[in-house]
Parts: sequence; C-alpha cells; structure tokens
Amino acid sequence: MPDDAAPMTIDATGLGAVAHEPGVSKPDPILVVDNMRRAFGGIVAVDVDHLEIQRGVITGLIGPNGAGKTTFFNLLTGFDAPDTGHTTFNGASIDGVSPHVLARKGMVRTFQLTKSLTKLSVIDNMKLGAQRQRGENFFRALAVPMWRSQDREIEERADALLKRFKLDHMRDEYAGTLSGGQRKLLEMARALMSQPEIIMLDEPMAGVNPALTQSLLGHVKDLRDEGISVVFVEHDMDVVRDISDWVVVMAEGAIIAEGPHSTITSNQNVIDAYLGTHHDAPLDLSEEDQRIAEDEAIVAEEIDEDIDIVHEIDEQKRHHHE
Amino acid sequence: MRRRMMAMTLVTFVSLAVMLPGVASAEGESVTSTIRYDDPESGEELPAVGVAITVTDANGEIVAETATDDEGTFLVELPGPGEYSVLLDPDTLPEGVVLRSPDRNPAVVTVQEGQAGRTIFATTSGEGGGGGGGGGITARQVAQLTWEGLKLGLFIAMMAIGLSLIFGTTGLVNFAHGEMIGWGMLVAYLFNFYGVAGFVGFMHDLPAPLGAGINLILATMIAIAGGAALGWSLDRFIFAPLRRRGVTLISQMVVTIGLSLVLRYLFLFAFGGVPRFFRDYTAQSAVSLGLVEITPKDMFAAALSITVLVGVGLFLLLTRMGKAMRAVADNRDLAESSGIDVQRVIRFVWTIGGALAALGGVLLGLSEQVSWNIGFRTLLLVFAGVILGGLGTAFGALVGSVIVGVGIQVSTLFIPPELKNVGALVVLILVLIVRPQGILGRKERVG
Amino acid sequence: MLFAAIDWGFIFDQTLTQVFGLNAAVYAIAAIGLNVHFGYAGLLNFGQVGFVAMGAYGMGLSITLWELHPLLAVLGGMVFATIFALLLGVPTLRLRADYLAIVTIAAAEIVRLMARSTALRSVTRGAEGLNEFIGPFREYNPFNPSRAYGIGLVDYRGSEFFAIVIGWGVAILAVLLVWTLMRSPWGRVVKAIREDEDAALALGKNAYWYKMQALILGGVIGGFAGMVDAIGKATVQPDFFVAPLTFFFWLVLILGGVGKVWAPIIGSMIYWGLITFVQNLGRQLVDQGIVPTSVMDPSQVDQIRFWIVGATLALLMVFRPQGIFGSKEEMALDAR
Repeated sequence: MPDDAAPMTIDATGLGAVAHEPGVSKPDPILVVDNMRRAFGGIVAVDVDHLEIQRGVITGLIGPNGAGKTTFFNLLTGFDAPDTGHTTFNGASIDGVSPHVLARKGMVRTFQLTKSLTKLSVIDNMKLGAQRQRGENFFRALAVPMWRSQDREIEERADALLKRFKLDHMRDEYAGTLSGGQRKLLEMARALMSQPEIIMLDEPMAGVNPALTQSLLGHVKDLRDEGISVVFVEHDMDVVRDISDWVVVMAEGAIIAEGPHSTITSNQNVIDAYLGTHHDAPLDLSEEDQRIAEDEAIVAEEIDEDIDIVHEIDEQKRHHHE
Repeated sequence: MRRRMMAMTLVTFVSLAVMLPGVASAEGESVTSTIRYDDPESGEELPAVGVAITVTDANGEIVAETATDDEGTFLVELPGPGEYSVLLDPDTLPEGVVLRSPDRNPAVVTVQEGQAGRTIFATTSGEGGGGGGGGGITARQVAQLTWEGLKLGLFIAMMAIGLSLIFGTTGLVNFAHGEMIGWGMLVAYLFNFYGVAGFVGFMHDLPAPLGAGINLILATMIAIAGGAALGWSLDRFIFAPLRRRGVTLISQMVVTIGLSLVLRYLFLFAFGGVPRFFRDYTAQSAVSLGLVEITPKDMFAAALSITVLVGVGLFLLLTRMGKAMRAVADNRDLAESSGIDVQRVIRFVWTIGGALAALGGVLLGLSEQVSWNIGFRTLLLVFAGVILGGLGTAFGALVGSVIVGVGIQVSTLFIPPELKNVGALVVLILVLIVRPQGILGRKERVG
Repeated sequence: MLFAAIDWGFIFDQTLTQVFGLNAAVYAIAAIGLNVHFGYAGLLNFGQVGFVAMGAYGMGLSITLWELHPLLAVLGGMVFATIFALLLGVPTLRLRADYLAIVTIAAAEIVRLMARSTALRSVTRGAEGLNEFIGPFREYNPFNPSRAYGIGLVDYRGSEFFAIVIGWGVAILAVLLVWTLMRSPWGRVVKAIREDEDAALALGKNAYWYKMQALILGGVIGGFAGMVDAIGKATVQPDFFVAPLTFFFWLVLILGGVGKVWAPIIGSMIYWGLITFVQNLGRQLVDQGIVPTSVMDPSQVDQIRFWIVGATLALLMVFRPQGIFGSKEEMALDAR
C-alpha cells in the first residue's frame, strides 16, 4: 500500500519516462482520443488533438470554469456526440457507442450533480449497478426462480461495498434521505458494482463537506490500488495535488499542459489560464444579447455548474432542516 | 343571461359521448338534403356542387364533414336517432349565391328511429356565376388550397407563438392553450351578438355594447383584451403560485389538462354544442384574384395576421421586453443571473400569448365556424406547427405553423378532408424522428 | 323540506352498482396501464384512450373482418395496442418527457377520427361502430343472460355480469403482473429510469428500450380495458374514445395514489362512486325543480362530471399527488 497522503511514486505509474507535454504518448493507454472537436452554435467547447489516459493510475483533468471539462467528459462517456474525432477504449473504437454500452464494456461514470435515485432504497441503488442480470429481461423477470439466486449474490456484493463505504446503516432507507456527501459515496459504490476497468468521476468533491472529503479521497486511491483506472474532473487544484498521479490541464477546450502535479503548478500556460479568466462581471441587457450569441455554450455550461452547486447546497440545507 | 343563448341552441337532450350506453342503433338513420340555386345567367336551376356540410350531434361532436355531390345532394348516415345540427359553409356556395335565411344555418333536425331527416337550405343568387368542377387536380385547386393553407397557417402561427414562448420561458407545455383560443372566439361571439348582456341578463335594455351586440371588429378588440386578461390571470393566480411552491413541471402539465377540461366544458355549458357563425361578414362573395378566389373577410384576416405577426416579430427583436423574452426562452438561468426579472417576463408572455390566441380564435371562427371545442381540435395543429418549427422558439413556431397549414390544406387533394388532421400527426412523428429539435430549434433542449 | 323529493335509495343503489360495475373495472384496467407508464416508468401518456381504442378495435376487427376465434381476437387487440405503442414510442422516447405527452394526446384523437371517418367506413363501420363481434363471446357466457346476479346489495343482468367478472378478473391479474414485475430487477431498472435516465444509462441500462417495454406493457393493459368494455357493451363506438376519457383514467390513478400497485382499483371505485352519486343527485335536483332550469337544464347535468374531474385532477396533482391514502414522506423525497 502506498502512503495515504501521496500519489504513487512516478515510477510505479509507468509514467516516469513520459515527457511533460500536451498530447504525449504513454506506455499503456486505456483510453486514446484523437482530433475530438465539439462546437455549440459556432463556439468551440472542446478541441483536443490527442490525449492518452494511462491504465491503472489516477488522472486528474483540471482547468478553470468554462474550460470544457464537463463537455469533454460527456463526449468520452458517450453522453454527447463529438462533431469530429475518434476515441478508442482498450484499443477498440468507441465512436458513436451509447453510454449504456460503454458502461457494460467497463467504463462507468459519476455525475457532478449526484444522480442518486431518490425514491429507491440504498440497496436497490447498489443492485442496479450490477451488469448482466438475468431478471432485467422482461420475460425472465416474471419467472422469479430464474433470477432469485443471482439477485442474492448481487445483494451480498452490494452489502460488502456498502460496508466499505460506511453506508451499511442506511441500507434500507430511501436514497433521497442521504446527505450530499453520502450520495457521492453511494454513487461511487454503485459504479463499482459494475466491476469497471475505468471509472470517470465528475467533480467527486463538489459540495462535499470537508470531513467527508478525506474519506472520499481515500476511496479513490483504493480504487487505483485495486487496478481500476480513474479519471476525475476537478477545478480545485489543491484537491488534485493530493491524489492524482498525472494531471491534464484544459483551457478553452484544448489540452494546454500534462504532467505530474509538481510540474503543472509552475507551468506558465496553466498560470495564464487560471489567472486570465474573468467571467463574473455583471451584464446589462444589450451586452447580454451579444453575449448570448457569442459565449452561449461556454457560459451556459459554467452557469450549469454553478447552479448544480447551488442545488447541492440547497439539498444539504434541506436535509439539515429535516 | 346565458338563457338567451341556450334557447337558440335548442338542445333538448345531451347525451355525452362518454356516457353513451351500448345500444345497437337501428339501421338507417340519416340526414339528407339537396341544395340548388338559380344560375343568374341562364336562369336555370342548377345543383350546388361541393358545398361543405358539417353534421354535429347534440353533444357538439362532429358526426360527419361532407360535401354535396354533382346533384347538389348530401347524405350523411347517422349513428342513431336524436337531434342533429346541419351546418352549411356559405363560403363554399357557388359564387354570388347566398343562403336566403342565414339565421337558419345551422339547421337543427330531429331524426326519429329508422328515419331520414331532411333539411332545407334555400338560396338566392345575386350576380356572378360559375361553380365547382370535378375531375383531376388543377392548378386552380392547388392555388386555392395553398391560399387557404396559408391563411390557416397564419392563424395557427398566431396561436402557436404564445404556446412556444410559454414553453420557452417556463418549460411548461400548456395543454389549456386550446381553451385560450376558444375563449377568444366565444367572447367575440358573445359581444358580437349580445354585448355585456350576454353575461349579465338584466342589461339587455341598454345600448350597445352593454345591452346589444356590436360590430365584430369591436367585439374582436374586446376578445383580445379578454384573452390577455385570461393569460394574465392564469399566470397570476395559478402558474406563478405553482412555480413558487416548486411544483414540478409534470404536475403543472397535469394542471393545464385539468384546467382545459374545466374551461372547455364551461364553454359547452354556456355556448351549447351547436357550432355557429358570427353575425357579421358571414356570407361574402369571393373576389377572383388570378387563380384563387378570396372573400374580402379572408383577405382582411390574412392581412391582419401578417401585420400582427410582423408586429410581434419586431417587438421580439427590437424592444427591451422582447429581447428579455427571447433571452429567458433561450437560457433562463443566464437571463436571471444577468438581472432580468424572469417572473415579470413570464407574466408578460402569458398575457401576450393569451391575446394572440384569442385573436387567432376569432379569425378561425370567422373563417370556419364558432364552436365550443374548436380550441381543442386546433391545439393538435398548433402542436404540430410548434414542434415542426422548434419547441420554445417564437420564429420557429411561425415557420412551422405556416408549413403545417399549407400542408394540411393541400393534402386534401389526395386524402379525404375529414382525415386532413391525420397528416398533421404524420408530420409531427416524422419531424420527431428526423429532426426532433424542429427547423429552428437547438438540439440541446430536446433530450 | 327541500330535499324530501330526492329518492336517496335510488341514488345509493345506482352508486353502489357503478362502484362494482363494468365501468369501474374498465377504468381500473386502463389506469393500471397508466400506472405502469407514469407511476413506474415516468412516461407522460396523455393518450391512454388511444390504447383502449386500439385494444377494442383490434379485438372487434379480428372477428368482424378476419373471423378469428375469440381468444385470437384478444391477441389481435394486444397486437394493435403494441403497434400503437411502437408508433408513438419510436419517435418520442429518446426525447424529453413532454414530447410523448404531445404525441400521445394527438395520436389518440387521430385514432378516434380515423375510426369514425367515412373513408374507412368499410372497415370500421364509421360512427356507427362495430356491433357484430359479440356472438362468439356470448357462447362462453356461463351465466344466464336474462337472470339477475347479485353481489351483496347490488345485482347485474347475466349478460353484463359475465363482462364484469372478466373485467375484475383481468384487473386483478394485471395488478398481480405489475406487482411481480416491479419487485423484479426489471422493475428496478424501470423505476431507476423514472428517477433519472442518465444515471440508468451510466449504469449500463438501455433506457430507451426499457421505456419502450413499459410503454408497450401499459398500452397492452390499456388495450384490455377496451376489450372488456367492448364485450360488456357488445359494441365498439368510436365516440366512446374521446380525449377527456384519458384524464378520467388519470384522476382514477391519482385518487388511488400514483405508483401504488392497487391504486387503480381503489381509485376507480372511488371515482365511480363519487361521479355516480353527484350526477344522480344533480339529475334529481334538476328534475324535481329544486335547481331551476334557468340555472341548469337536465341535459347539462352530465357536464358536471367534466368540471369535477378537471378541477379535482388539478387540485390533487398539486396538493395530494400521493393519493388519498398516500404517505407524505414519500412525496417529500420527490425534489423534482
């Protein structure tokens, strides 16, 4: 087991000899992206020439708000279709593959705004994560003996994971009664039920109270240590430092830097990207019209992110009141 | 008050369709008549060919829409004995021919078991001649139907803009929009015939518009104001409070459904099931313009719609409120964060949507007929137009509606007129398969 | 005393007859289908009456047109409902929920217009409807058609009683089917899609296909409502299938509680009890002159139902979506 507070040593990741530059090739890539471009009404949200994600390590995808991280993430996981570009997963093309097929192939994702299924119990949430369930077929569902034994096995696995994520006491509660942080944990545990090769986490720490952050980070590292590749999106540089073996920086849709965290903070491109963005000036109506036309997609995405966070906060507040 | 209207409808027994017990009807009830006219040139009595006839049951449900044949005769088989109204569309009479007693249109006929009911429509002719022709598709037919479709499309557009903008700004599909159309039509009808006395009986000794009917143009203005008031009230008293309570959009949609049922059947209660015409401008002779024949009222209605639609377009493009409306429809969160009073904009959208729907309703009533449930029937076309153009966009609604209008009318060259609305549904489904965001919509908002 | 002229005995008898009668069974079955759509899969079906019509016409035409055995005719009704579901589902189920609502409400009305059209008269018999299919079913009626059969306080004619038994039998079987399915992994997926489609996708579930299955299942159950109605009334009339009927089913579902497996049956009984009581009372009030005809004439009494349904539907949806007996906590989870 590596030290709890630090990434793997650079040699253990296999990335020791890799140059610290955007689009560099890696020794054992699980995911390879080429020429991926996505525009919203003339505004280019994502424009990535080449990116390889190394197998078995934690890759942090960072960038200032509006850099196109979430759009890129949606493109990778099949939730959005690129205008151009190719992606391979384990060497096979996954262009145009639906998200549910990707999940079955071993690529699962979580969402920035947690998608716990509120009116299902925590254990049912977990069981949904399991793949190839016989009882998920309409006709077999009617013949209970056909799926009963498999369902029990799944339940055992789910209970073990719940215990590991310290959610076992909530097992039979509605997922809607969990706190924001617990939902993040549930979503991660649920994703693990599908026994993925790669797990994509969209801002796993957003809206989580500091006490839970450490526990979440610990879980992420455990995933890597089990051999699962991890990619996560984050805009807070500090979170990235603690856990990522490799950092990819996006700005204005493109990859501007790659390397271990220590090399990233001193990179001039990254400093410019973080300091150069300024997006909170209030707009008046005439500017607004112009702005809608010009920045529509990018600004909208930003606001979506902010709103997601507001929702998260609201939700937590509500739970406090209850 | 509404007693006066009920007396006119002569409805003595209403058995709602949903209540119909499963009685097997005796064979052979029908209603028939032959319509003839004196040709002013030859002085001969000729059959009036292709006159549109609508037979409605006591509940206001259309039994059949048909047209007279080469002998000027129509025969409609009825589902059973009872009271039916037979409505003749004066616009489809040969040029220069009008009904001798327009007030007996629709004719109410009581059909006994096993009987054939008869109606009499007497005509008089002024100047002019001509008449319908049969046979293949002529350029004249195509042109005429295109014109009618254009006209219908303009009306649909007027109703559709409100629906689309309400959706754009609130995310709500307003299933009660059909009743906003019907409301405009009925308010205009009431003021056209009765004035305020239509609502408040004791006032009928007072001068117009209090005690008596007024010209349709004035009545239309009142209807527009009424439509705006309805739109405003719906948002003020129902949907704004629901939004504040955080009621989900799906629940709000069910609320619009409930609202539409209540309103529609209040209309039936007040207006009766028989379709009627406005008092003014009903039977006009068409003017021949090249390939098409246009009645002055239709020309006026089309010109008015174009004017209003251009006005709305300029309003959306140029004024501060118009821009704000588009901004909210485009991205509500962004608009809100940049200081636009979203709730005020939504209230405005409802108000203007109500006014436009009311005007559209009046024009539709003028060009077709006034009836209690025409709003619901038109809503289907409005949906088709809105989705074709792109749900949530104002200009898309306009383009889509005109295409739907023309498409529906021209399609009657190939399919029976009673099935023309089926074409609208086919269009709807095809659009959703091929390009669900519609012509002018953005892909991001459909999924 | 003003109400002395009212025949309360008659009103209660009528009400009770309707509570257990054919109509209540038909509405319950249609609402069970709607419960699968909206309660479990979150599909916004505003045209359930279209499925009901497809079931009725599918069964009726199988006999009048193709002269099939009654059991095959029932299969015919199921096939018609399935085709209708595919027709509506293929274009809309990849889109946001309201597109399905728009297309279903339009399609259901189109079905009615087509069925009653003179153009298709040779097939559907136009506004007159199908009346000649009942013979083969009558042969299976174990009850004496001219005798009265009672359940407790109410009784029905043998011909009708046959359909009532079939109706409630179908309703109970449908409830058990839904109950089994919703406790299975299949039901878990369907409910997950209702809660959040993206989450289900991310977990490897083909949301589109599950929604389609749910649409077909609920639609076919709705089709059975049409078949039971047709057998009970010995006729298929196009104007039975008017658009408001869908919303009567909605009210039935909401009265019982959306997403509760027995809700449609309870809701339907409450609905028919309430409506029959109010309408009979209204009719007598008007007939006895207690309500003057200047306010409402006898023909207008039947319109009351639409006002009640519309208003109740809207109010329940806002204030008590969990139904009359539902718990508050469950709804509190619904942050949508």
